[in-house]
Amino acid sequence: MSETTEKVRKTLARRYRSEKRFKAFGIGAIGIGLMALVLLFTDIIGKGHSAFFEHEIQLPITFDAEVLDVSDPRDEEQLNYGNYQGVIRNALAERFPTVEGRQDTRALNQLVSTGAGYALRDMLREEPALLGQTRTLWLLADDDVDLFLKANEKQREDSRLNAKQQEWVAELEASGETHMVFNRSLFSYGDSREPEQAGILGAILGSLFTMIVTLVLSFPVGVAAAIYLEEFAPKNKFTDFIEVNINNLAAVPSIIFGLLGLAVIIGLFGLPRSVPLVGGIVLTLMTLPTIIISSRAAIKAVPPSIRQAAMGLGASKMQVVLHHVLPLALPGMLTGAIIGMAQALGETAPLLMIGMVAFIVDLPAGPLDAATVLPVQIYLWADSPEQSFEALASAAIMVLLAFLITMNTLAVVLRKRLERRW
Amino acid sequence: METARQLDKPFLGTNDAAKDKAINERDAMTQDTPYPDQTVGKPFVDNPKMCLRDVDVFYADNQAIHGVSLDIGKNEVVSLIGPSGCGKSTFLRCLNRMNDTIDICRVKGNLHLESQDLYDPKLDVVELRARVGMVFQKPNPFPKSIYDNVAYGPRIHGLANKKYDLDEIVENSLRKAGLWEEVKDRLHASGTGLSGGQQQRLCIARTIAVSPEVVLMDEPCSALDPIATAKIEELISELSESYTIAIVTHSMQQAARVSHRTAYFHLGRLVEMNDTETVFTKPEHDLTEAYITGRFG
Repeated sequence: MSETTEKVRKTLARRYRSEKRFKAFGIGAIGIGLMALVLLFTDIIGKGHSAFFEHEIQLPITFDAEVLDVSDPRDEEQLNYGNYQGVIRNALAERFPTVEGRQDTRALNQLVSTGAGYALRDMLREEPALLGQTRTLWLLADDDVDLFLKANEKQREDSRLNAKQQEWVAELEASGETHMVFNRSLFSYGDSREPEQAGILGAILGSLFTMIVTLVLSFPVGVAAAIYLEEFAPKNKFTDFIEVNINNLAAVPSIIFGLLGLAVIIGLFGLPRSVPLVGGIVLTLMTLPTIIISSRAAIKAVPPSIRQAAMGLGASKMQVVLHHVLPLALPGMLTGAIIGMAQALGETAPLLMIGMVAFIVDLPAGPLDAATVLPVQIYLWADSPEQSFEALASAAIMVLLAFLITMNTLAVVLRKRLERRW
Repeated sequence: METARQLDKPFLGTNDAAKDKAINERDAMTQDTPYPDQTVGKPFVDNPKMCLRDVDVFYADNQAIHGVSLDIGKNEVVSLIGPSGCGKSTFLRCLNRMNDTIDICRVKGNLHLESQDLYDPKLDVVELRARVGMVFQKPNPFPKSIYDNVAYGPRIHGLANKKYDLDEIVENSLRKAGLWEEVKDRLHASGTGLSGGQQQRLCIARTIAVSPEVVLMDEPCSALDPIATAKIEELISELSESYTIAIVTHSMQQAARVSHRTAYFHLGRLVEMNDTETVFTKPEHDLTEAYITGRFG
């Protein structure tokens, strides 16, 4: 055996040991990451899953023209001012005839959500013949009733319902006059003071309009900037300066962009507050560096041989870029754009500054309507004193995470699908 | 191929002492042998296609080409040979101004394609590159279909107005490049799916599709196996009937086989240029002789 072999053999054991150590560290790091993820998901899903369902109470409702004060259901004004709470109150009084006294009657009436009246109005509008008839209907329960019904024995002791209310609800539950249904209002309404009527559709639409504005502004601008810097700009001190500052822009805390939006876009240009248009412009500033940097990387990754081939054939600079560089760099650019969008979707701080934190019930119909966005909605709900909003906030987080995961998956799939080999 | 290997690796199989001696000899040779004040041999021809005089090329402050003057005749195959880093590729890239793409590169001298000054500021480089095409060292088909690869040049220059004309140009170019029979059934398959040799012939087809007057080839066979190389060489001989060709090569066999005249470059200077046969059988300059006999390279 030669001297070298002996020396090598001595070091081998040590080398393998350090290799194993390194592997263990890596696995440990991934383990910690995965654990954090599992904890996060268990917590959020544990808290939020119940918000996807809500309870309803069955009551025989009489559409009494006198109580409703509606003589012609086709008259929109009469319909809107109808006393729907009255018919619900009557129905409840009929169901629990023993309840007496002002205080108890009020407590009884609180079992049904105030939103149930709107459901009755909508029914009457759909079917005017209902006037004067009696129907057995499922009405949305109040959030405290909902929480009580979802809770276990021990949690019920802490319920916000008083003893009598608990008794009534238990009676309804026992006789099968309550049931749980999918929480449609969560996906069909905007924000509300009443948790059982609060939905995230307003926030989703707000996020959607904001994202559309951001994408429409940041993708073309970012790609154009990247192409110019990579393909056309002369390499000098000035372009170096620009490059450094694009990287600086990526490191600016996002709330600063919010302040800028407030001072310049709202203050100077006079755009309205709380609207997705301004939110989109602010988020564009934040997303631009991500898109520029990833687009430049994608352009750089296009092999120079392709450029030379096209130039050797007499393609002009613009033709080289449009016909060859851009198609090859596009998957990378799109990936960068999607990741930038995902970042923007989860951004809260700058939007607080431009007033997208307002309590907005109406669904926005366009980027110029006041709106809020998903992360801000979560922030608002997490801040609310009502217990039911906690579950709603977690449910909204789940929806937001679902969007983010979808977008990131899309980025990965796109990259895999469009990746070209040369 | 045996001789080629010996030429490429002259020290193969010799012991260390002999190797050292050879290296010393080589160093002495490159240091002591003076460059000729003027290129020896016959660098000029009557009625040239390209007339190049006193060409200097600088990379920033570094001079890569020193006063090279030579002619390229009509329908002639000129090969440029020399050791690595001698400037032959740089020189070739001046002929269709591919060096423009390198910011720090400057070119001086008189370069003419017939009566056209190549470095005339008024000349559109796009027009020049349509007249002087180029084939690169590594096959670089576009990641598009075979058809689109060949049709790209005619399309951007507007050479064919109708689909029928374009089809004809594509077929003719592929035929001239000897690729038609192999790919006629899969014209719409990706060009990158072909073998290396086929890719290079596709690149040649793509180049000749715009009917250039001159075709520049920068080591077109260096990435190919001997069989593919043989096909390309055969092709070069055929193409020389209709095109003027300048080819940079590391293989002296290749230069000897395909070219009419050969230019030997050394450290940025054109040492010798003559008929290929003369260069390889009776080189006038010591440096040329040293190179072709494999004493360095």
